[in-house]
Amino acid sequence: MLRTRFSGRVWVVGHSVNTDAMYPAHAMKMSIPEAARHVFYELRPGWVDDVERGDIIVAGRNFGLGSSRPVAALLRELGISALVAEEFNSLFFRNAINHGLPALRVGGVSTAFADGETMTLDLSEGWVANDDRGTRLPGDRLPDLVLEILSAGGIMEKLAMDGYLPETHRRS
Amino acid sequence: MGMTMIEKILARKAGVPTVAPGQIVTCEVDLTVMIDLQFATGWIPPTRIADPDRVAVVMDHAVPAPTVQDAEGGVNARRFVADFGISKFFDVGAHGICHQVIAENGLARPGEILACTDSHSCAAGAYNTAARGLGPAEVYAILCTGRTWFEVSPTIRYELIGSLPDGVSGKDVFLHLAGVFGDATNHNLEYGGDGIASLSMSDRRTIATQGAEISADFSIFPADRACRDFVDEHSPPDAAPYDGVEADPDARYAAVRRVDLSALEPHVARPGGVSGNSLPVSAVEDRAVQQCFIGSCANGQLEDLRIAASIVRGKKVAAGVRLLVTPASQRVYRDAMRAGYLQDLADAGAVITNSTCGACFGYHLGVLGPGEVCLTSSTRNFTGRMGSPDAEIYLASPATVAASALVGRVTDPRDTRD
Ligand code: SF4
Repeated sequence: MLRTRFSGRVWVVGHSVNTDAMYPAHAMKMSIPEAARHVFYELRPGWVDDVERGDIIVAGRNFGLGSSRPVAALLRELGISALVAEEFNSLFFRNAINHGLPALRVGGVSTAFADGETMTLDLSEGWVANDDRGTRLPGDRLPDLVLEILSAGGIMEKLAMDGYLPETHRRS
Repeated sequence: MGMTMIEKILARKAGVPTVAPGQIVTCEVDLTVMIDLQFATGWIPPTRIADPDRVAVVMDHAVPAPTVQDAEGGVNARRFVADFGISKFFDVGAHGICHQVIAENGLARPGEILACTDSHSCAAGAYNTAARGLGPAEVYAILCTGRTWFEVSPTIRYELIGSLPDGVSGKDVFLHLAGVFGDATNHNLEYGGDGIASLSMSDRRTIATQGAEISADFSIFPADRACRDFVDEHSPPDAAPYDGVEADPDARYAAVRRVDLSALEPHVARPGGVSGNSLPVSAVEDRAVQQCFIGSCANGQLEDLRIAASIVRGKKVAAGVRLLVTPASQRVYRDAMRAGYLQDLADAGAVITNSTCGACFGYHLGVLGPGEVCLTSSTRNFTGRMGSPDAEIYLASPATVAASALVGRVTDPRDTRD
């Protein structure tokens, strides 16, 4: 079952943070757990040591511009529970959803939060709240089709349920 | 209400009479293109796929394999192709950067949808094909099911007039648009107008490809005579007929922007990105360069190598500069060799590499060291894209890169002509 409402500590990054800043080419020669150590390697060195399971990334405009490389797999590996941005690059957005990582568009979110504050968000109603400041911002509610992929845990999990993957990759 | 080109293709493939921005549609996909990288990390052989005849497998990003992981990807790819009887397989020897291989085999077809896990898949828009970057997991899902969903984005139309002056090419057109208008996040790009007729198919491909750099979804050109001639010439004789789309006269656009091609100059994007960061070469700071790169899906085409060869013929690359040239495919390589372009380039001091993505994404064959400055005709100039995050990457046309390699500084190609 998909949790559509949850809370987490936020990390705020700026506008136009691109895929190469999260998944550099040299990390493409590594396994997912190793590659995950390189997220924001230049932008925020050492961040991967501070991030904790359940944390949320907040970004500005044009979040995830760039490659199709599956950054979402690395973010999930680090335990990130959601991405909230003022605007997503659509390829990056689709990648997040397809890897079971919720992504919500909320206008003005990058200035409504600071590092370390706690966010509560609701995917199906489409809003976020800053629990420290007691403020709330409306966002885009996720379409049913997207919620369905998230409920399955991602597109590979959905394919497994539909019998496209070998037995060893099917979950009971 | 009228529809834009992309709206028409999405409606057709969703089996509905019309679509409008904001709508989510599920579409049949005509061709799924799988690339080598997809087989190298976390590959799971599927139990069944939608249709082996609607799949192409292209070895491009890391060939011949530079790492054991990539070599294993090759093993997986070849097994997959054999298991499912995929006939459109472009293995090492018949390989090349996927967008080039797709084009030169007539696989990007007017009015159809093509899915590929590379962000520059919008390249196929040059041939009136709806194609956009999709993640590897999604392309895998399309491989299995034959379909996917799209949210219809609003379209920006570029109305091109006039024709390009000498020394100015598709890359300059794109950099001009990126510099002036900036990002097009969550928008489609449509090119039209009388000026289209004067744009070569290779210039159109460069422009369509680069749409990914301004964060656009699809970018597309009309299926005019030149487009249809190109597709026909490159298609197998038994190819099914295609049905291109035109924009309706009453289509609705988020913006219509008129651009006079005849007024354009060679452009350069400064390091970091292209949006709001591209200028006429005359306005860019004077920079010494250590590496010059001509290649990639956008600008490793035969025409690009022809232009570069014509600029360096009988001259020498400046001391302290490495000029790397990567033909976009094995076919381009052979054609450029036959035409003497590779000879001219090598005689001038260039290194000709195998056809691969290599240097473009900083993976193999020519990565940059700290403190170096590179001028590249590839697609992307993000920090760290081509190697060290402490290198600087300027982006320009093959003509500008070739001229700059001779001088050792960012140079207007019109200044080095005899
Ligand atoms: S050449 Fe560069 S931009 Fe083109 S497909 Fe390869 S990595 Fe992507």
